[in-house]
Amino acid sequence: MSQRQIIQVFEQYQKARMQFVQTIADLATRPQNIEILQNAGVMSMLRPLMLDVVPSIQQTAALALGRLAEHSDDLAEAVVKEDILPQLVNSLASQNRFYKKAAAFVLRAVAKHSPELSQAVVACGGVDALVLCLEEFDPGVKEAAAWALGYIARHNAPLSQSIVDAGAVPLLVLCLREPEMALKRIAASTLSDISKHTPELAQTVVDTGAIAHLAQMILNPDAKLKRQVFSALSQISKHSVSLAEMVIEAEIFPAAVACLRDPDEYVRKNVTTLMREVVKHTPELSKVIVNCGGMAAVIDYLGDCHGNLRLPGIMMLGYVAAHSENLAMAVILSKGVPQLALCLSEEPEHHIKAATAWSIGQIGHHTPEHAKAVATANLLPKLLQLYMDASSSEDLQLKSKKALKSILQKCTYLPALEPLLYDAPSNILKHVACQFSKVLPHDSKARRLFVTSGGLKKVQEIEAEPGSPLQEYINAINSCFPEEIVRYYSPGYSEVLLERLETYQPA
Amino acid sequence: MAEQLKIKSEAEEFQKEYFLRNSQAEENRQRENQAAIRIQSWFRACKVRAYLSHLHKKAIIIQKIWRGFTARARFRQMVKIQRRWRGFFLRKYIHNFYARKSYLEELSRKNELVRRELDELEELQRRERNCLEMIKEQTAKVYQAHRLHHLLSTKQCPGVFNSPFRPAPHETELLLRQVKYHAPTRLAPRGKACLLGMPDSAASFPSSLGSPWIKTTGTFCFSKPILPPIVSKKQQGLFREPGEVWEQRVHCPDLTLHLQTSYTHLEEAQNQLRQHKGTGSMFHHPSHSSNSFTQPA
Repeated sequence: MSQRQIIQVFEQYQKARMQFVQTIADLATRPQNIEILQNAGVMSMLRPLMLDVVPSIQQTAALALGRLAEHSDDLAEAVVKEDILPQLVNSLASQNRFYKKAAAFVLRAVAKHSPELSQAVVACGGVDALVLCLEEFDPGVKEAAAWALGYIARHNAPLSQSIVDAGAVPLLVLCLREPEMALKRIAASTLSDISKHTPELAQTVVDTGAIAHLAQMILNPDAKLKRQVFSALSQISKHSVSLAEMVIEAEIFPAAVACLRDPDEYVRKNVTTLMREVVKHTPELSKVIVNCGGMAAVIDYLGDCHGNLRLPGIMMLGYVAAHSENLAMAVILSKGVPQLALCLSEEPEHHIKAATAWSIGQIGHHTPEHAKAVATANLLPKLLQLYMDASSSEDLQLKSKKALKSILQKCTYLPALEPLLYDAPSNILKHVACQFSKVLPHDSKARRLFVTSGGLKKVQEIEAEPGSPLQEYINAINSCFPEEIVRYYSPGYSEVLLERLETYQPA
Repeated sequence: MAEQLKIKSEAEEFQKEYFLRNSQAEENRQRENQAAIRIQSWFRACKVRAYLSHLHKKAIIIQKIWRGFTARARFRQMVKIQRRWRGFFLRKYIHNFYARKSYLEELSRKNELVRRELDELEELQRRERNCLEMIKEQTAKVYQAHRLHHLLSTKQCPGVFNSPFRPAPHETELLLRQVKYHAPTRLAPRGKACLLGMPDSAASFPSSLGSPWIKTTGTFCFSKPILPPIVSKKQQGLFREPGEVWEQRVHCPDLTLHLQTSYTHLEEAQNQLRQHKGTGSMFHHPSHSSNSFTQPA
């Protein structure tokens, strides 16, 4: 055999391997093929190909492996069990950039399924290797490495801590400043995942000066980047007052309100989440946001969107109103109450309804003015209905009861209280009767209205144990009216009169 | 007698006793007087002291009650002052009604302003986007018109878009008439060999790593900027028109006797021409000679 023929044998084998690996990589893009591939034992075939001499076969094998691991949990576990990870991590340090991208892709695909798999990636030194990749020149490699780190950090705090300990955060902040859009997005998303777990991690991220860079990217035209930036800022500011103040000092606020009209709905949702996380700490921070017109923008946003997207906006209104009665009045003046009423009636999900009921309670419980504003929007019967409805979840019932009680204790607007006399259970009725007994002694027009609208009749029909607070309130109400009227409206009065008629002897 | 003696002695004893007792009493009188005076004065002192202390106690009670009364009156005065001060201070600075009212009015104005501005901003952005979309559509149509240029209708034969049954030509037909034809350029294939270093959307990264990228391993090509086609009709260099040279080759230069040339001028001229053709023509007329022979007459 001549030399050429021998070399030809090798070339044929190489071509065959190349074709195999490329076909597997193509097949792995379809989910329906994965099962078949798994049953055919593709993992054990790919593993030696990853150590192949030819670089392009190595890269394609790594790519195929990554695609397989991405699709399902078991394959990712198989990757870990077959000890492929250590050799990937070792070769990450030495190979060219295409291999690094493919290897980072495999690590990401493994780490995304569960915390245990991420722990396995960390345990074989994956984090240090990925951090080394972050120092490369090629933006594609940086992006793949940052993405893998983001998926690892997503699961829980110790994993994020291991990433921070490996010194990834300054490198990620440098990645934020690169011109490539995809790299910026991924870096912002990874910073968001790291800082969401504990205040210390968020503080570490802030100490590297991330806030200033994130703040510069707020008005970028790219929607996905804005999503990640706002998500990162809200995860940082949710932990404590000082972090929220630092985010506010970066002067995001009047500009971020403009993003509330962005066409992308998740950008809007993330801006509202950021506002909520800032507002919940102190009244001063709430004032900053209210003063720059954020409240009006959020209320308009609530009108435009549906479903779960509304939740951060509703909670933001509740937090603002909870701080003081000034701010609650500001919410009312910005037309917040009709919008909340709409949300309450439109949304089918119970957790959103519960949040709305809580917000309404926070708005209405300060003074009679606030309670009147809530009552005129016809919210009291709705809250009562939510409380009484057997199909409401426990949380919803509890929140609507609390809201109703707190509003009722300040409500002096009698036309809104009257419908509640009819359907309410006794623990709510007690508060309603209490309010009537406070208002009626002083207002004669109200007394007249009370009689003519049938309220007095209803009060007489209420049965209460003598000595209970409800009975005392009923007595107090009865004492506001002359005895004949009270007797006239008491139940069974017509029978009493008829009895008197029977026993009457005309003189 | 004895009784008399006894009585006398008793009388004498009695006198003596009487004298003794008197003298003793006289002696003690002073002392006892003094003692009595002392006791009496002490008693009187006690009485006076008791009276004084009684008076003191009563005086203290009266003073106590009086002082309490004045202090309470002062206290009430002070409370009045403090009450008024606190009310003033709170109403002016902390729960300032007018400040709150103006703040809320200011807030509603600001809300209106912000809502209006946001509406305008949204309108502006929407118009920009619509504009961009329309431009994109238009360029796509123009590109299609360039590709379909061959469907332009001629005088003899109406094109596909200019059916005789239509009242007026289709817009594509009009576009075709406006578009100027140029030779089709090969566009760089989009999703294929170019996205290694510049993934433009993160999600497309794994999909762009398909088998195509392996073929271009080693060539790190960005998407090439498409240069305009070369439209110069003039040929570079010292070329003459093709027809001229052909004529020259075919038709000899006219020979006249007016020329003052040597006898062997023709051979020399031909030799010179052969030498130039051998050496210089490589540099000056590389394709020109082949062109001149391949041009049809």
